Amino acid sequence: MTNRRDFLQSAGLAALAGAVPLTYVRLAFAKPEQDFNFAYISDSHIQHIKGTQFVRNWDRGLIRAVAETNLLDPKPDFVIYGGDLAQLGTKEELDHGAELLSKLKYKTYMAMGEHDYYLDLGEYWSKLFGKHWYSFDHKGVHFVVLNSILTFDDWTFKRWPTAKQRMAEMAGIDNPNGSPFMVGAKQREWLKNDLAKVAKSTPIVVVSHSPLQKIYKGWNFWTEDAEEMQALLKPFDSVNVLYGHVHQIQYNQIGSIAFNSAMATAWPWPYPATYAQVDSHLPVLTVPMNRADPFFERDATGWQFINLHSGRNDLHYNLYNNQSRVIAFNPKTGRPEDMKFQDASARIEPQTHY
Amino acid sequence: MRARTIVLAVAVAVGGALQLPVEYSPVGAAKADEFTKADLDRWAAEFEAVATEGRRLWTSPELGTNGVACGQCHPNGANTHPETYPKFQKQAGRVVAIWEMVNWCIRNPLEGKALAADDPKMIAIQAYLAKERRGVKLEPGKH
Repeated sequence: MTNRRDFLQSAGLAALAGAVPLTYVRLAFAKPEQDFNFAYISDSHIQHIKGTQFVRNWDRGLIRAVAETNLLDPKPDFVIYGGDLAQLGTKEELDHGAELLSKLKYKTYMAMGEHDYYLDLGEYWSKLFGKHWYSFDHKGVHFVVLNSILTFDDWTFKRWPTAKQRMAEMAGIDNPNGSPFMVGAKQREWLKNDLAKVAKSTPIVVVSHSPLQKIYKGWNFWTEDAEEMQALLKPFDSVNVLYGHVHQIQYNQIGSIAFNSAMATAWPWPYPATYAQVDSHLPVLTVPMNRADPFFERDATGWQFINLHSGRNDLHYNLYNNQSRVIAFNPKTGRPEDMKFQDASARIEPQTHY
Repeated sequence: MRARTIVLAVAVAVGGALQLPVEYSPVGAAKADEFTKADLDRWAAEFEAVATEGRRLWTSPELGTNGVACGQCHPNGANTHPETYPKFQKQAGRVVAIWEMVNWCIRNPLEGKALAADDPKMIAIQAYLAKERRGVKLEPGKH
């Protein structure tokens, strides 16, 4: 705990609080010199209007995250982009998004979102950013980046007369014509082989656009092969899943696996339980983000600064129009917890959703 | 007596402005208590058709100018809380109806042109939101 406080002071985050909307992740180890930080930006939904025009609102969210990430001190080791850079997967949107991201002063690892994928099945994204899934090692931590927004082949290859329609059908999260996300057998086999080379004591960070949990199928807050994925990950002592897609704060602990979601830079989503016609449940640990006020254009959006220490993530949510939030792994309870609001008595009125 | 006749005439004129379909006109109509299961089914179908049009508009870019749709931020109309209107909106400084908030979103995130309160599109959007929120108790004024 002391380490975390010291870190916060040295990072000058107190001064930035309320002004900086990112998610900052810290992984900490027994030896403090092995701790490191990275930034995590997700869900910008860059949306093309025509010619050189893009939706200003979504552009501003990403531009701000990039600018603020560049101001971090100490500097993050790298940036992860969590998917949905584009809204409808077009060359114009991906090019414009890539141009905005190119202002980052750090190495950036990219993950695929469904909005990047379903127009051309990730072909142009790949030209810009490389492989759809991969792994890398950094200071003793094994990072896995997945394409977890695949779905049934029948839906992808046979259902729709045009690629454009396929993209449009998947783009509406509440569209009953959509299809559940999955990692798929091929990629799971790759992951199994990839992890076979890694010691069980090595901390693992998995970057996934879909949650690798089953939260609410109606909005695709869902990964169809979540159980198979969790079975591959649970033999490791310390697994941390970072996911996007949901545009809201969620966190959970299943066995050795800690789950944390990222905020979007574009717009927030309601929690599924607010849809009155169905039953759904948030991970019980989660203290929700605030209920968004549309009069504040950037309300309930932001990015993350992450400290990796002791093989676990501490996420600093930097929220453009709200108090910043810190969701840190509590070694005593063995789960992620909000540093301020976890206790029911500490919660504030704007966190009530209905 | 004469004054009363004039008032009645005005009322008829106002009624005429609503352009009621012939079957609803007071002349030769059924009595008020003479409606059947078939009537109920038809009225429900009329509502469903309008709510379905509302869902189409909700997920379509046509209300704005920048391609953004209402449903992008509000899947299944969630986080719109139609059961809490009319309510005080601090930015407006007064009590507003939900159609005014719909217009706020059309003008701002959608960068579009506000609809008239009785525009069939506005009626359809409200029908859709009310349908997605059916069963939730009315709590006007709630935040």
